[in-house]
Amino acid sequence: MNKPELLVTPGSVNEIKKQIEAGADAFLIGEQRYGLRLAGEFNRQQVKEAVALAHEHGKKIYVAVNAIFHNEIANELDDYVAFVKGAGADAIVFGDPAVVMAVRETAPGFPLHWSPETIATNYYTANYWGKRGAVRAVLARELSMDAVIETKEQADVQIEVQVHGMTCMFQSKRPLLGHYFEYMGKSMEIQKRQGTQNMLLHDAERSNKYPIYEDANGTHIMSPNDMCIIDELQDLVEAGIDSFKIDGVLQTEEYRIETTKLYRKAIDLCVDQPDQYEEEKEGMLEAAEALQQEHRPLDSGFFFKETVY
Amino acid sequence: MNGLKNDGISEIIDGKRVIVKKPELLAPAGTLEKLKIAVRYGADAVYIGGQEYGLRSNAGNFTFEEMKEGVAFAKEYGAKVYVTTNIFAHNENIDGLEDYLRGVGEAGVTGIIVADPLIIETCRRVAPNVEVHLSTQQSLSNWRAVKYWKDEGLDRVVLARETTGEEMRLMKEKVDIEIETFIHGAMCIAYSGRCVLSNHMTARDSNRGGCCQSCRWDYNLVEMEDGAEVAITQEGDSPFAMSPKDLRLLQSIPGLIELGIDSLKIEGRMKSIHYVATVVGVYRKVIDAYCADPENFTIQDEWLEELEKCANRPAAPAFFAGTPGADEQLFGVHGKKASHDFTGLVVDYDKATQMVTLQQRNFFRPGDTVEFFGPNLDTFNQIIGTVVDEDGNELDAARHPLQIVRFKVERPVSKDDMMRKGL
Repeated sequence: MNKPELLVTPGSVNEIKKQIEAGADAFLIGEQRYGLRLAGEFNRQQVKEAVALAHEHGKKIYVAVNAIFHNEIANELDDYVAFVKGAGADAIVFGDPAVVMAVRETAPGFPLHWSPETIATNYYTANYWGKRGAVRAVLARELSMDAVIETKEQADVQIEVQVHGMTCMFQSKRPLLGHYFEYMGKSMEIQKRQGTQNMLLHDAERSNKYPIYEDANGTHIMSPNDMCIIDELQDLVEAGIDSFKIDGVLQTEEYRIETTKLYRKAIDLCVDQPDQYEEEKEGMLEAAEALQQEHRPLDSGFFFKETVY
Repeated sequence: MNGLKNDGISEIIDGKRVIVKKPELLAPAGTLEKLKIAVRYGADAVYIGGQEYGLRSNAGNFTFEEMKEGVAFAKEYGAKVYVTTNIFAHNENIDGLEDYLRGVGEAGVTGIIVADPLIIETCRRVAPNVEVHLSTQQSLSNWRAVKYWKDEGLDRVVLARETTGEEMRLMKEKVDIEIETFIHGAMCIAYSGRCVLSNHMTARDSNRGGCCQSCRWDYNLVEMEDGAEVAITQEGDSPFAMSPKDLRLLQSIPGLIELGIDSLKIEGRMKSIHYVATVVGVYRKVIDAYCADPENFTIQDEWLEELEKCANRPAAPAFFAGTPGADEQLFGVHGKKASHDFTGLVVDYDKATQMVTLQQRNFFRPGDTVEFFGPNLDTFNQIIGTVVDEDGNELDAARHPLQIVRFKVERPVSKDDMMRKGL
């Protein structure tokens, strides 16, 4: 049985060192100008350092170029794609077809991961992007376990799924927090809170709290719970899912590292000693729960939840 | 925007500049009745939803039979029909897609509006004569992505709502493909397709038609400080809201025409026939007036007033001139009442007796002042006199929805003209 890759989102080059020790196999990094909802900001120099460090340990670096681009940045994509290739990164993660165009012109054949988040919902379309340069599809987090497994069975590309962390529910181009403060006559608050990531929308009817923050890509609203399926990895491993991602956006470095350690152990057990995994999985889930802040419960995302329409 | 010029849009004819590339006016049609009204009031094309694969699971939605009837009706007026097929499909939706698209093709529609490459490719294979238009759900907002879809052989792209006029200009310069953009109606505040609030809050899949508009709800803003929650929204404050004003680009129609935009789209498959008739009627006049004589064109106040008669939210130009400000969102209010009530649809008119036969759509009574309008009618006011029912019995009021009534009108009206009452 192949062991799925454990992919994490470090906040800094320094964290990558610790993450390698903790057991991560691959890293998703980038900068806000081109990438969405990253755990850290990596300028070009830091991307190079990250690649050197990861490769030294046989690990991989994927660079996020997955924003929704407007003309201005679309014109810069050749330059950035050339940089990523030159830096020796292992793949570019994209959602916008403009990136496919830039790679065709600037770095033909460079590996792409198709990751448009909410709209990666079926195997046919995963294979469609496979024919256009994607070697991997990163599936929407709103899919059931059965749908994920069926997609893997039918896919000609690698399949990556998120197994832990928060997910984005909403992205607007408008600065919605700034607009609210402006409406409230609290314009000075906008400056004060620039770049802060500690605000929540309280949905009283559902007793939920949704993290909300603004950056260069607009306003992002995140899921009220962190998904965690550390105790449900067996079916995904057996199906041959290629990569398990822990998304560590809006979490602390310490949290991310501890979570990586837990999943390293879970994946190793699940593949090498499945009986032992069965025995220990409840305990690992409890250990994951112990890492959570009070206002962020764990759940299993959409893996076992039915949606209608 | 008036300063922008594109080639091939205007010509000098008899010493006067006229627009030769008139954009298509594209209207929503949630039902067959709405389709007919939209076409009668001047739409060059309508978009409808079928029974599956569209994003409005609550809209009327056409059977294949109704599609055929709609296509035939539109054809009489030289209008086209497009079918929204713009879900992001899950594996379970793949079964049945081929049959569905064959049915759409056989119904004779001009094109489908699609977001998912699965549906693009399947349509190519099983209904190759149907045009494929990329839906706004793909959030298309740069020229290179436009070029990508052009190279993929698409006939038309619908832009993201976040696209500015300047950005459209570069897209038009760089890529030779039909561009469609929204000019009027309700909008997502998120990038379309990138919002799953409904999935999380109500277990309804927004990208398959289940959107419950959670973005229009009220929230409180809270801040985490040293692990403790501190309320930012205080007692008595307006709650946090992210409801956008509706889009209204009436004043920018000249700019859009000069940019060479191919299709101007009105949102609203769930809206009433009164809304469709009013909005289509106004934009028909604006487009025609500008194209006939762009140099002497001015925005008429009466057009803006006319739009208010059916507007249930304040309106704004959104992204056309740049990222909209705080004043383009609704705080503390969720909408407004339109200035007029739709009170009746003209079924028939008898020249000899000057009697109109009307289908009641809202309460009215003798003595009320009402307004008649229609695609070929100069709007006029009428004080209602004696009203009778189908059997000639005099009524003190028209109370019943869809009831057929008759009364005398001062000027001739025709079938499908409408009657409304100021509030």
